[in-house]
Amino acid sequence: MSVVEANLGHDVHSHDEHEHHELNFWRQYIFSEDHKVIAKQYMITGIFWAVIGVAMSVIFRLQLGFPGANLSWLKPFLGGWITETGALDPNFYLALVTMHGTIMVFFVLTAGLSGTFSNFLIPLQVGARDMASGFLNMLSFWFFFVSGLLMFVSIFIETGPAAGGWVIYPPLSALPQAHMGSEMGMTLWLASMAIFIMSSLLGSLNYVTTVINLRTRGMTFTRLPLTIWAFLITAVLGIISFPVLLSAALLLIFDRHFGTSFYLSEIYINGEALPNVGGSPILFQHLFWFLGHPEVYIVLLPALGITSEIIATNSRKPIFGYRAMIASIMAIAFLAFIVWAHHMFVTGMNPFLGSIFMFLTLIIAVPSAVKAFNYITTLWRGNIVFTPAMLFSIGLVSLFVSGGLTGIILGNSALDIQLHDTYFVVAHFHIVMGAASAFGFFAGIYHWFPKMFGRMLNGTLGQIHFWLTFVGVYLVFMPMHYIGIAGFPRRYYQFTSFDFGKSFTDLNMFVSIAAIFTFFAQFVFLWNFFYSMFKGKVATQNPWNSNTLEWTTPVNVGHGNWEGEIPAVYRWPYDYSKPGSPVDFIPQNIPHSQTLESNFPHENEYIAQEKEIEAQNYNDQFASH
Amino acid sequence: MAATAQPNVKNVWLGGVEPMKASYGKLMMWFFLVSDTFTFSALLVSYGLVRFSFPAYAGKVADFVSSPAYWPIPEKVFDAMPFMHGIHAPLVFVGIMTFILIFSSVTMVLAVEAGHRMDRAAVEKYMLWTILGGATFLGCQAWEWTHFIHGTDSGTVVKEIVDGTWITKTVFGANLTENQYGPAAFADFFFFITGFHGTHVFSGVVLNYLVFYRTSTGMYERRGSYEMVEKVGLYWHFVDLVWVFVFTFFYLV
Repeated sequence: MSVVEANLGHDVHSHDEHEHHELNFWRQYIFSEDHKVIAKQYMITGIFWAVIGVAMSVIFRLQLGFPGANLSWLKPFLGGWITETGALDPNFYLALVTMHGTIMVFFVLTAGLSGTFSNFLIPLQVGARDMASGFLNMLSFWFFFVSGLLMFVSIFIETGPAAGGWVIYPPLSALPQAHMGSEMGMTLWLASMAIFIMSSLLGSLNYVTTVINLRTRGMTFTRLPLTIWAFLITAVLGIISFPVLLSAALLLIFDRHFGTSFYLSEIYINGEALPNVGGSPILFQHLFWFLGHPEVYIVLLPALGITSEIIATNSRKPIFGYRAMIASIMAIAFLAFIVWAHHMFVTGMNPFLGSIFMFLTLIIAVPSAVKAFNYITTLWRGNIVFTPAMLFSIGLVSLFVSGGLTGIILGNSALDIQLHDTYFVVAHFHIVMGAASAFGFFAGIYHWFPKMFGRMLNGTLGQIHFWLTFVGVYLVFMPMHYIGIAGFPRRYYQFTSFDFGKSFTDLNMFVSIAAIFTFFAQFVFLWNFFYSMFKGKVATQNPWNSNTLEWTTPVNVGHGNWEGEIPAVYRWPYDYSKPGSPVDFIPQNIPHSQTLESNFPHENEYIAQEKEIEAQNYNDQFASH
Repeated sequence: MAATAQPNVKNVWLGGVEPMKASYGKLMMWFFLVSDTFTFSALLVSYGLVRFSFPAYAGKVADFVSSPAYWPIPEKVFDAMPFMHGIHAPLVFVGIMTFILIFSSVTMVLAVEAGHRMDRAAVEKYMLWTILGGATFLGCQAWEWTHFIHGTDSGTVVKEIVDGTWITKTVFGANLTENQYGPAAFADFFFFITGFHGTHVFSGVVLNYLVFYRTSTGMYERRGSYEMVEKVGLYWHFVDLVWVFVFTFFYLV
């Protein structure tokens, strides 16, 4: 420990680098440009949307598990969407499915996850006072807020929110007369998503430029924590894929409102021919999935980055295969752009083209397996500390493996044609992308809560929350695979007309009960979260004995993150349990010249580099020139 | 803005410095342009897909007449010039437009270069020329759109089924639902993509004006850096480059 403390003490000088001016309430908490406040805004908004999104899934699970049950007790919430007989309105069922998907994918797991942790961790872990542009960062959040507001409003309009599935395929979404959800609800959906894309772009530009330009002295790219690598590549994915969705959405808006035929051709509605000729609905699917598939990794990669960090810290071992982890992130990101058509095997695509996309898709198994095995080998013979964050990270690895395996099945075009649009697909992506990313979100909150609020979450409640959620998630999604293999199609309000459909009612009932159970288990977390924010045990500076730079800041991090100079970085972030060292962790800001007893031979060469690092120009945003 | 001078830095990737000697603002502009590239690419790919789902015109070029049955030959469509009614001048007007826009990129380069020399008067001069070039391009585009919308004197006779009966009518000019030059999709994509590009040019002119204004009030001189000129310059060159592709796909091939 002495090594650590000695170093923390030496940067108290130059305290007057920026004068501390008091900001008023609005600038400090509402229109704040501080990355930590913006991260918390994203987190609270994300949690708000998660509650709504998951509650919606519980409502449609009621219909699936108990078809035609009397739901009139929901009338106070749903009003006219519960019919006279007490059944859920089929139109609203479709709207719920659509909104659940949209909210969870974009608002919770894209904005909520990246917005929270990229904002919070990038400046803290690369050693910067704040994001490159605090102003654009603030704009990014408020664009997200407005986009959420539009989506929220759409839930309450008379014709209901968008109901064509979160993929909003035309012609269903393009023609207001096709379904009530394609009226005002769809208009608001498109407006909301256009604003969301701007928000995502502003956020991503900030993340990328901050990582490139504002790393502290000595923080080379190969000393970046894997969280930062994951956030960086995620931001690049967003920068490249979201604009294609923007194009797709703009063309769709023109088809809906200005009479163009980009996606429409030869359509009859109620026996009447529409004038639109020459467009292609398949074109929309190509554009959508060019975003849609990278989006899966935009959701998942931050969770994997968080997991890498937490597993290494709590195994008290260096991450296994640091560079392989970086390479696998990049390989996944690259492959993400050339596999989109595996979502479209049943669109009448040329089977040969299908086999190419199948081949490329299956290659993703390689970097994914690299990641999975690296997690397992990091855990192997580690001094594992089972904090709630660690449990959720291990849970993520479990979900990543079990969901990834079904991905190999679905990636095969021959199998996918059988399983397409069944609950097998639903089970697959809920495990590998939905639940896994949610686990990453939880892990991140449990791990960095002390840094965010200066207080600890209750560990026992965290453990209870983990086990209830972990068991609940598997109880929901494991049986769902069988329902899917049996041919039960997704997005159907009811599927009991055939006898074989009826025989899966029991299993559906079981899934629904498990879903309700898992939903209520989350209130353990919500209580813990809000209670601990104000009443939790006061945190210490480095509660998990972690190496990364955020733990060198004061317990309650102020504006500018570090009092005095930003620490320089001399080593990678994974020096845990290093042979010869008296302590089991050596933070990144400890020079090799202070740890002669534990240096590897090649690391002694870095001692010469220390002078160069200290001579490096001081990239302090707040320093006056 | 931090660290404009970087003395004696041997390893630019060692942290503490801007590794590419580019401020965050300039990097953001670059990444934004990457993003925008994908927006335009998606639109142009969509155009390509729809275009090739239609048959091309098969006959002799000289005998070409417009019809919704096949994709038109661009030089037969865009052959009008202002004040030269009735004269067949294939792609002359759009050629002039393109030249003006590309020339405004040249003046932009000169403005950036003048900024490096801290020559305020020259920055003002060349920014003004760039703004003028951009505004002229937009004006030309407005004329071209107007002509495209109003159509030729004779129009095209179109035979189509409406509610189950064949009707024959003469279509003049183009809108988003029908046009005299070819399939509706041709005009749809023309309006959408050139319009989307025009919106970009318009934002560019606004940004250029802002930078011109700030230059002429001496703001950048006081700041000691004309980097903003470089940033809008990047955007302006990008908009020009996109036009080269739009021009190629809509007018040449």
